[in-house]
Amino acid sequence: MSRRTETLLWVAQRASAAVLAVCVLAHLATIIYAVQSGLTGAEILARTRGNVAWFAFYTVFVLAVAVHAPIGLKAVLAEWLGWRGRARDFALIAFAVLLAGIGMQAVFGVFA
Amino acid sequence: MSRALALAHRLSGIALALFLPAHFYVLSRTLQLDAFLAWTEQPAVKLAEWGLVTLLALHLAGGLRVLALEFLPWRDWHKSLAAAAAGFAVAAGLAFALGAI
Amino acid sequence: MSAVLKVRVWRGGARGAYREYEVPRRESQTVLDVVTHIQRALDPTLAYRYACRVGMCGSCAMTVNGAPRWTCRTHVDKVAQDGRLSVAPLKNLPVIRDLVADMREFFDKWARAQGQFKGGRTRADDFERIAPGSEARRRADAAIECIGCGVCYAACDVVAANPGYLGPAALNRAWTLVNDARDATNAERLRAVAGDDASLACHTHLSCTERCPKALSPTAGIAGLKRAVSRAALRGEL
Repeated sequence: MSRRTETLLWVAQRASAAVLAVCVLAHLATIIYAVQSGLTGAEILARTRGNVAWFAFYTVFVLAVAVHAPIGLKAVLAEWLGWRGRARDFALIAFAVLLAGIGMQAVFGVFA
Repeated sequence: MSRALALAHRLSGIALALFLPAHFYVLSRTLQLDAFLAWTEQPAVKLAEWGLVTLLALHLAGGLRVLALEFLPWRDWHKSLAAAAAGFAVAAGLAFALGAI
Repeated sequence: MSAVLKVRVWRGGARGAYREYEVPRRESQTVLDVVTHIQRALDPTLAYRYACRVGMCGSCAMTVNGAPRWTCRTHVDKVAQDGRLSVAPLKNLPVIRDLVADMREFFDKWARAQGQFKGGRTRADDFERIAPGSEARRRADAAIECIGCGVCYAACDVVAANPGYLGPAALNRAWTLVNDARDATNAERLRAVAGDDASLACHTHLSCTERCPKALSPTAGIAGLKRAVSRAALRGEL
């Protein structure tokens, strides 16, 4: 990987981190609120079903995760397992696709 | 302190990366959602949920610390961000636990 | 205060063992005093480095009770809990013998980070005017006092985990030059400090900043390099 690509990936990771900071704060607040109010699964789904705002929010969330997690794992694999090179990169791209794929299935699951 | 937080940040990131595919999968199978939600009432699962909330808060706080150190002009109080991050994670975990009990 | 110090000293190369010595305790004793006593009075075969012995040159840097320090500036009272001391060579560097570490890779990485000044003017040109209070000069001045002792390098977790990582000292020096308007090679320098083996590999553990005997903050300089390198990449200049 060229230095330029490595740098752009780093930028993407930090940018997605900033997006996720907002998403995670909202998500944590939602979870804690739901748990404290004793909201049931059915009640939660009643709020998300057909709601475009939630759909948009979760889509952004999922895509940001799909960018952020694999790039983060890149450093872990290199430093803790000594795994560097193309095979590792392809494995991480596959993981990104997996996250985006099942993630969007989940988003449709609570929206549709 | 920064080294300990950095390790916790990395471990929580790995845990979340492993957890998320399962989380997404469960949510995508909405037909079985009610059955799954009944399963989550077990205390062992509640404990795991608390663990996840704490790990998420820890990873978020640690990440905000990294963004602050890398993008804000250097200040001496930046060295205390590690402790602040740990504090935030504990608080979030507590808020969740108090609601779940 | 006990009358005698029990000192474990690393003997050997990469493979070796700790050997224990008993050293008489003295007032205001430094760890360098202890090591010197061992070599002069107890075991002349001990290899170690020092030069100025007054905290200016950085040659006496060693691992004391697990942490990298200047031994001439480390009072025994401060580190010898219950009269025990452990001295080893600096971490993250090959060991030549006993307490002497091989500093070549440390300085090679300094060169790879383009840590050398290269001007663009000749004697025929006028001087570059640098305002001492300018932002760039302040940033360079905050990092310029590095004497290349290797303590930060020995303390760094990323250096330990990634053999290719250039390390805090080399990157700190590159940062002072990136902020130096007189240097003509900053485009190449940014390329040298970009990538997963350079500035981007720093995980802000702050071990370097905590241990630097000159109270410098390589983390701050590396953060500056991360920003400079990102800007260059986004502008297509990398």
